[in-house]
Amino acid sequence: MAEAAIELVGINKSFGAVRANRDINLEIQRGTIHGIVGENGAGKSTLMSILYGFYQADSGEIRVGGKPAVIKTPNDAIAAGIGMVHQHFMLVQNFSVIENIILGAEGEALLKTSIAKARSELVRLEKEYGLEVDPDALIEELPVGLQQRVEILKALYRSADVLILDEPTGVLTPPEADHLFRILQKLKDEGKTIVLITHKLREIMAITDNVSVMRQGAMVATRETARTTVEELAELMVGRRVLLRVDKDEAKPGAVKLQVKNLTVKDSRGVTMVDDVSFDVRGGEIVGIAGVAGNGQSELIEAISGIRRAVSGSVELDGKPIDVTGFADPGELRDRGLAHVPEDRHHVGLVLAFEENENSILGYHDKPQYLNGPFLNIEAIQKDAEEKIAKYDIRPGNPRLRTANFSGGNQQKIVLAREMEQDPGVLIVGQPTRGVDVGAIEFIHKRLIAMRDQGKAVLLISVELDEIRSLSDRILVMFAGRIVGERGEDATEGELGLLMAGIERQEAAE
Amino acid sequence: MSVPYAKLPGWADYGLIPIINLLVAFLVAGVVVLLVGENPLSAAVILIDGAFGSGQNIAYTLYYATNFIFTGLAVAVAFHAGLFNIGGEGQAYIAGLGVALVCLTFDSVLPWWLTFPLAIAASAAVGALWALIPAYLQAKRGSHIVITTIMFNFIAASAMVYLLVDVLKPAGSMAPQTRDFFDGAQLPKMGWLLESLGLAVRSAPLNISFLLALLMAFAVWVLIWRTKLGYEMRTFGFSPKAARYAGVSESRIIIIAMMISGGLAGMMALNPIMGDQHRVALDFVAGAGFVGIAVALMGRSHPAGIVPAAILFGVLYQGGAELAFEMPNISRDMIVIIQGLVILFAGALEHMFRAPIQAVFASFSPRSVGVAAPKGEGA
Repeated sequence: MAEAAIELVGINKSFGAVRANRDINLEIQRGTIHGIVGENGAGKSTLMSILYGFYQADSGEIRVGGKPAVIKTPNDAIAAGIGMVHQHFMLVQNFSVIENIILGAEGEALLKTSIAKARSELVRLEKEYGLEVDPDALIEELPVGLQQRVEILKALYRSADVLILDEPTGVLTPPEADHLFRILQKLKDEGKTIVLITHKLREIMAITDNVSVMRQGAMVATRETARTTVEELAELMVGRRVLLRVDKDEAKPGAVKLQVKNLTVKDSRGVTMVDDVSFDVRGGEIVGIAGVAGNGQSELIEAISGIRRAVSGSVELDGKPIDVTGFADPGELRDRGLAHVPEDRHHVGLVLAFEENENSILGYHDKPQYLNGPFLNIEAIQKDAEEKIAKYDIRPGNPRLRTANFSGGNQQKIVLAREMEQDPGVLIVGQPTRGVDVGAIEFIHKRLIAMRDQGKAVLLISVELDEIRSLSDRILVMFAGRIVGERGEDATEGELGLLMAGIERQEAAE
Repeated sequence: MSVPYAKLPGWADYGLIPIINLLVAFLVAGVVVLLVGENPLSAAVILIDGAFGSGQNIAYTLYYATNFIFTGLAVAVAFHAGLFNIGGEGQAYIAGLGVALVCLTFDSVLPWWLTFPLAIAASAAVGALWALIPAYLQAKRGSHIVITTIMFNFIAASAMVYLLVDVLKPAGSMAPQTRDFFDGAQLPKMGWLLESLGLAVRSAPLNISFLLALLMAFAVWVLIWRTKLGYEMRTFGFSPKAARYAGVSESRIIIIAMMISGGLAGMMALNPIMGDQHRVALDFVAGAGFVGIAVALMGRSHPAGIVPAAILFGVLYQGGAELAFEMPNISRDMIVIIQGLVILFAGALEHMFRAPIQAVFASFSPRSVGVAAPKGEGA
């Protein structure tokens, strides 16, 4: 096999007393696609940040092309031929593509000459790798898939030989992700080396040549992708056997619990985010709403749960209207049995600066069992928190600990415990497993199925298509604010992917 | 990925770091003193002696501290609801009007212990109403509270000048102030407390509003950490989105928090008016409203931090006055510079020494330092 493009030898990195990377050894072969998987907090991003010069390792050595390299800043990394495509794009929104590409590599005092030079180089790159983008388009007008392409072009323009991609498919539709993979394949064929960081095991299996697994800051295994399985990788990531498929019996839908009719919601700029949406959710079923982030799902659940005011339409909870166009109060809706696990647990579902027990009553803090007149009943709140900690296996099991010090999965369990234990009739769940590790995902999915089996109505919103497919009894697909299709639980990924990209709708219009 | 802050033990967080900050502030101040040609060590001795050297000095220090406790608590309460009330100065000033009205009406009729509760209520009510207007503008019209409360300081100052010159001044008097109060509006001094320790207090103005200030410090602690209202205020303060999600009304919290804040600032007027001067004069607040911001900042918006921080600023005020008197090269403005340095190091640069101290602690014994778990671990 070819020689190593990158070698990491004995990399250690600590933040305070936290060892984010411990004694990492990694060899990435030239001309391959190398996947790095691990749970959130396993140290993947830290390792790549060290390689790209954002952090410096406490000890250890980086070798590029067999020679030791000193990488102290991203500029050193670029000089060594390493490029990075970040999870959150580092692009100037109101600059054109070409301006973004030369940013930081302008070269000369006058932009005109360097832009001319960049343009011819860009044409060459686009031809060579099939990365077509209009060089004069403004970034803010490009869809995310194309923005990502600009990021890749930026790295190639700086003559990167090694390309690091950090969770590149998080924001893409399935067709866009497929296109990205074709580009990566092409780059590999042209002799580039690609490092793909992801937590989606399916992508690893689909595209990588080798895969390394990280767990709790350590590199636990490297495998040839063709000789491993999803199950093995999941087990390596978590350190124990994981059930990937959710076991569930057939749904027994009951009466309609939540009915949405002709709901229209605009954002603060007056752009229509939810456009005339109607659907219902019955007791004993999970209705999933699939869609690429930003197609109105967030606004939809915010309107139903009283956080955002709708422009028109109506919503009924147990047959009685919710004043969604007026002053629907989230507190009142809670009293009526509507629980809501918000998409953004860091800013909405939790107050990270609070102690765990304080968050376990958020929104229910005016229930009499938590109060003594105007005073908080501290003992009752503590006891209640301890019970939830035990029941939901929240770790560490200390209700006095600041919520920010819990991991993503445990934070989500705090929210779920709070919302589920009030025995709501309807549960709205946004992105239940975003940023949550595999072990906790399994637990959360089981709880959601259990809610359904108790006859509750569950409305699930997620950008993870796998999650929607494995949990939902009915699947609605949202695109550009409208529900563009409804499918049963047996819908294939392909047809949902097309719906999410709005393909069927356009064809129907023609 | 951000660098997780290692958590320090409580005593280091709340004791060691402020003390280090304070020492650095005094060190830099010492350099300034050196530059004007005085000996920093003897300046420090004069400062400390001026604040604590005799019973009278201690009483003065605590008298100033009383003002700062009230205004510090006022800033802290608003801060817990995410609001920056810079209007303590004006709220305290205008509250003097409430105190004046009660005192001028009842001072020849009622004993002090009946006038005092009425004056407390009046000062708090006027302060709260003065804060209500900016609060309402923020809650309902989105006017920024920092701007409006600053502006209301000027309005309060002008209004008080007008009232003192044209309305409250006794006929024939040349001084823009009310008449002197009778015994019924004079608060008892607390000299006996220090005298019982064998210290001579003489005429120092420390009075029972110091006890009221301590009582309010406790009340604020109960409010913020032990009541439903305080819980809602903190939720809103940390995350307005989470408050909305939890069904907490934004405008209700803004208005209530600001009124409590204004009420606390208003009570500051009791100390100089009823406890010391026994009349309402121009400018009796004398910057205490602004010092309250620094006190709240240094005291981490916690009553247990605000009381010592207020005493520290009492020391700087009282000791600083002595210093300006003893060392002719050190003017009153120099004292303000020293106070500024304390605010700079204790408030604005609070985290400057945190990282090195954490490193020291971590190297001692990593286990003793409770560390924020990295995301995702341990699930």
